[in-house]
Amino acid sequence: MTQIAPDRPVPVPDALTAPYWEAARAHRFALPRCEECGRFHFYPRSLCPYCYSPRLAWTQASGRGTVYSFSVIHRAPSPAFAADVPYIVATVALEEGPHLMTNVVNCAPDNVRIGMPVTVDFLDLGDEALPVFKPVLVES
Amino acid sequence: MSAQSAIVGIGQTRVGQIPDRSALQLQSEATQAVLADAGLGIGDIDGIIATPARVEYWQAPCGVVANHLGIRPRFMATVDLAGASGAAMIHQAVMAIESGQCETVLCVTGQNLLSNGSRAKAVKSMAESGSAHPQFEVPYGPLVPSLYALVAQRHMYEYGTTADQMAQVAVTMRHHASLNPLAHKRDVITIGDVTGSRMIASPLHLLDCAIVSDGAGAAIVTTAARAKDLKHPPVHLLGAGYGVRHGPIGEHMKLTETGAIDSGRTAFGQAGLRPADVDVAQLYDCFTITVIVELEDLGFCAKGEGGAFVEGGRIGLGGALPVTTHGGLLSAGHPGIGGGFFHVIEAVRQLRGEAENRQVQDAEIALVHGNGGVISVHCTLILGGPSAA
Repeated sequence: MTQIAPDRPVPVPDALTAPYWEAARAHRFALPRCEECGRFHFYPRSLCPYCYSPRLAWTQASGRGTVYSFSVIHRAPSPAFAADVPYIVATVALEEGPHLMTNVVNCAPDNVRIGMPVTVDFLDLGDEALPVFKPVLVES
Repeated sequence: MSAQSAIVGIGQTRVGQIPDRSALQLQSEATQAVLADAGLGIGDIDGIIATPARVEYWQAPCGVVANHLGIRPRFMATVDLAGASGAAMIHQAVMAIESGQCETVLCVTGQNLLSNGSRAKAVKSMAESGSAHPQFEVPYGPLVPSLYALVAQRHMYEYGTTADQMAQVAVTMRHHASLNPLAHKRDVITIGDVTGSRMIASPLHLLDCAIVSDGAGAAIVTTAARAKDLKHPPVHLLGAGYGVRHGPIGEHMKLTETGAIDSGRTAFGQAGLRPADVDVAQLYDCFTITVIVELEDLGFCAKGEGGAFVEGGRIGLGGALPVTTHGGLLSAGHPGIGGGFFHVIEAVRQLRGEAENRQVQDAEIALVHGNGGVISVHCTLILGGPSAA
C-alpha cells in the first residue's frame, strides 16, 4: 500500500469520533476510556458499554496488540484498492482490551499469523491519517 | 406459542438473471403466485409486511409496496433485519394477526439485485453500504467476503476447521439446487471445485460465497380459523427468537460466537423443542462458514464441531439433519435483503410434503434461521406442519 489511489475512501469524522481522527492526524493513537470504571472501549460510544457512564475521556493508548484474525484480500472492493491486492485486512486485539479493524502493513501476505504481535503506524490519506499496524519484529 | 395463525400460502419468482424486471414487478409476480397458492384474492389481504429495497430508495417501503399491489391494509410494517428479514417478517405477521390487528398478512420481498447494475457495482455498493463501518472499516478496503473471512480464519485457528469442510457446505447447497427447478446455479460441484476456485478473501474462495441474483418471494399468514377452509395444510409458527451480540465485525470480541445463540435459545424455548427434534434446518448460508457457526450456535453440535458436523453427508438430503434443501444463497440465489425469505418458503414446502425430489421424509418440524449484517443480527423460527399444532 505505497501508492494511495486518489479515490480511496477517507474517514469522515463526526462529533463523536473527531478526537480519534484528530489524534491520528498527529500520529497519536487514542482510545475512549471510561473515567468511572476505567475500561477502554472501541469503536466509540456515547456511553460506556460496560457501566453506562457518560464520563468518557480520549486517552493515549499503547498502540500495541496482537492479530486476532485476518483475511488476505485478492479481489478489491472498488477500483481504489485494485493496485493494492493482495493486502491484509485484520482485526487486532489491543493491549487495552478492545478489538478494531485495520490493515497489517510491512508484512508479506503469506507471513501474517493470528497471535502475531503488532504495533500501530499511520498511513497519511490526504487530510486524514489512518491507524494501521505492523509486525513488531522486522521481517528478515 | 399457540397455533392461532398459520402460513397458508407461498409464492416466488424464478431466481437468477431476470433482466428488465424492477423490484416492484418481481414482487408483484411473487404476490400473484402466493395468492394462487393460497386460493385467496388481493381483497382478502388486510395486512402487509415489506422490506426496503437496496437497489432503489423507497420512502416507507411497506406503503410503496401496498400501493403498487393495490392493498388497503389495516396493518403495515417495514421490516429491515437485513438478511434476517425473511424470518422476522413471518414472526411479525403472526404477532399482528394474534393481536387482532388484522386477519390476513402478505409478506413480500425481493429485488433485481443482479440486473439492476453490474456485478461490480453490487460488490462496491455492498462494501460501502453499512456492512462495514464507514469510518473504522471501509477505509481499510474490506470486501464483504473478507468480513466473514475473519470469522472463518478465527474458526480455523481455534477449532481446526478446514477449507474442505467449508467447501462441503457449498457442495451440498449446489446438490440441493440441482434438484430445484427455480434455482439460479444448478450444475453440481466438487470439494476440489470449491477449494480450486479463485481465492477472493482468504480463506474464502469464490465458491464459498453466495451468488448475486434477481428474484422475489412472498408468503401469506392468516388466522387458524381461516386456514381451515384454504387449499393447503397449515404451517404453524411454534417459536421465534431474536439476537444481536455485536455490530461491525471489527469490534467483535468473540468472532466465533453470535447472537444466534440467543435467537435459537428463545425459539426452542417457546416451541418446547430441542435441536434433536428438528427434521430440516433452513440455515442462512451467505458464506460457507456461516452455516458452520449457525449449526454450533443453534445447538445442533458443540462449539467447534461444526466443521466435522457438515461432513459425511450429515447436512445433505438423507442425512441426519438436511440443511437448506432448496440450495440456499450459495446456489439457489441471493437477491439481497429478500434472500432469506426463500429459506422460509422451502421450510413450508417441506412441511407440506411438496418438496418433490428434495422432500425430507416425514418432515414435521423445520427450523429457519436468518442472519443479517456481518453475522450480527439473527432471527430463528421453528415451524410445525399440520400435525404439530
